[in-house]
Amino acid sequence: MKYVEEFNDPELARRLLDDIAATITRPWAIMEVCGGQTHSIIRHGIDQLLPSQLELIHGPGCPVCVTPLETIDKALAIAARPEVIFCSFGDMLRVPGSHGDLFRVKSAGGDVRVVYSPLDALELAKAHPDRQVVFFGIGFETTAPPNAMTVYQAKRLGITNFSLLVSHVRVPPAITAIMESPGCRVQAFLAAGHVCSVMGTSEYPPLAERFRVPIVVTGFEPLDILEGIRRTVHQLEAGRAEVDNAYPRAVPAEGNPAAQAMLADVFEVTDRAWRGIGVIRRSGWRLSERYRAWDAEDRFDVGGIVTAESAQCRSGEVLQGLVKPHECAAFGTVCTPRTPLGATMVSSEGACAAYYLYRRLGGTSREAEPVGR
Amino acid sequence: MCLALPGKVLEITERDRTRMAKVDFGGVVKDVCLAYLPEIAVGDYTIVHVGFAIQKLDEASAVETLKLFEALGMMDQELGDPWGRAAADAGQVPPA
Repeated sequence: MKYVEEFNDPELARRLLDDIAATITRPWAIMEVCGGQTHSIIRHGIDQLLPSQLELIHGPGCPVCVTPLETIDKALAIAARPEVIFCSFGDMLRVPGSHGDLFRVKSAGGDVRVVYSPLDALELAKAHPDRQVVFFGIGFETTAPPNAMTVYQAKRLGITNFSLLVSHVRVPPAITAIMESPGCRVQAFLAAGHVCSVMGTSEYPPLAERFRVPIVVTGFEPLDILEGIRRTVHQLEAGRAEVDNAYPRAVPAEGNPAAQAMLADVFEVTDRAWRGIGVIRRSGWRLSERYRAWDAEDRFDVGGIVTAESAQCRSGEVLQGLVKPHECAAFGTVCTPRTPLGATMVSSEGACAAYYLYRRLGGTSREAEPVGR
Repeated sequence: MCLALPGKVLEITERDRTRMAKVDFGGVVKDVCLAYLPEIAVGDYTIVHVGFAIQKLDEASAVETLKLFEALGMMDQELGDPWGRAAADAGQVPPA
């Protein structure tokens, strides 16, 4: 309990931890499917504050990490073209493709730009009518509506020199894939709060019922995570498997209807490969027929890509919760944030990067981050 | 990237037939699209993800979260210089 003093409300943190400890009677394994939660758990040592019977398994919740290698390679090929201004979120800059990353493309003269909002990319297209502006549209359900708005506006405003390289993924099919995988140890899920801010909670009761797992919608601040875990443990111990919303201040049950309407217009559900995991049925979105003219994959001939994943990297197993980052032989030796073999070592939400930052010495915390006032 | 920051709506305008706002994130002001929260008004707090307001938030929660994120350096991670950060990770100078 040595770090509890550093929570922004230590009293509440201790009460939640005491309640968890008083409730738990046997081992349980809970998976979070949100890179932000993974980072927060490791950064604040939350897993080390919990009773030892409780294992937190880090799921494939980092959007940067699950973007397939082939799509990264396509992005690199498009970004290197002289007529292209390639726009991306900052997290993608150092994600390794088969040969290099966007940072290196930029260093070699490619016009790669980081945008804060996807709409900034559309502004660039308006400002540079003689160039092709491409936005790398990755992310889960939280990020899909902002990215969808770019092609909606491009169509409405008649902007033809803009296109979207789409690699969107959805959480519920990933939960299904995890539960159906052989050797699955997951007994409950923390659902990603901001995904549910957009999508609401209605997709989850069928999953909770089918797989007999509690699913608790959880925020990603330290106290939110403790409360999500506390409610999950109560359900597990009582033999219940329900959907519970532990993050109501940001998640109404219906989600955001305007954003959902945009998703239904701009995208259609498709099978999607997840890096290190493989194809998951109906787990992604691609542009719907109405917006296909803005699809960067159709606009640029990027065929003939032969992908080459690192033979040493075990990020696929990390993403599925089969191994912890420090159990990989390359972790912290040949694979570091400076020389990453896999995307999980790059992104601020990747499990390997979080373990590298906060757990390097023998799998124990160097020091927990103060959670200051 | 998946981080969502709470901010206060300072001013509402229109751009390309879409509602936009100036939103204050603890001192840093950014343009934010309001298309997905049509009912939000000046003075309200909202959760913003990659330049889009995705849900309304009560003031007390927003202020508490902002304080926490500031203390953790997360505001800088989300709103700071991405090339500088990538270069530092790569052990190189940012490309020109």
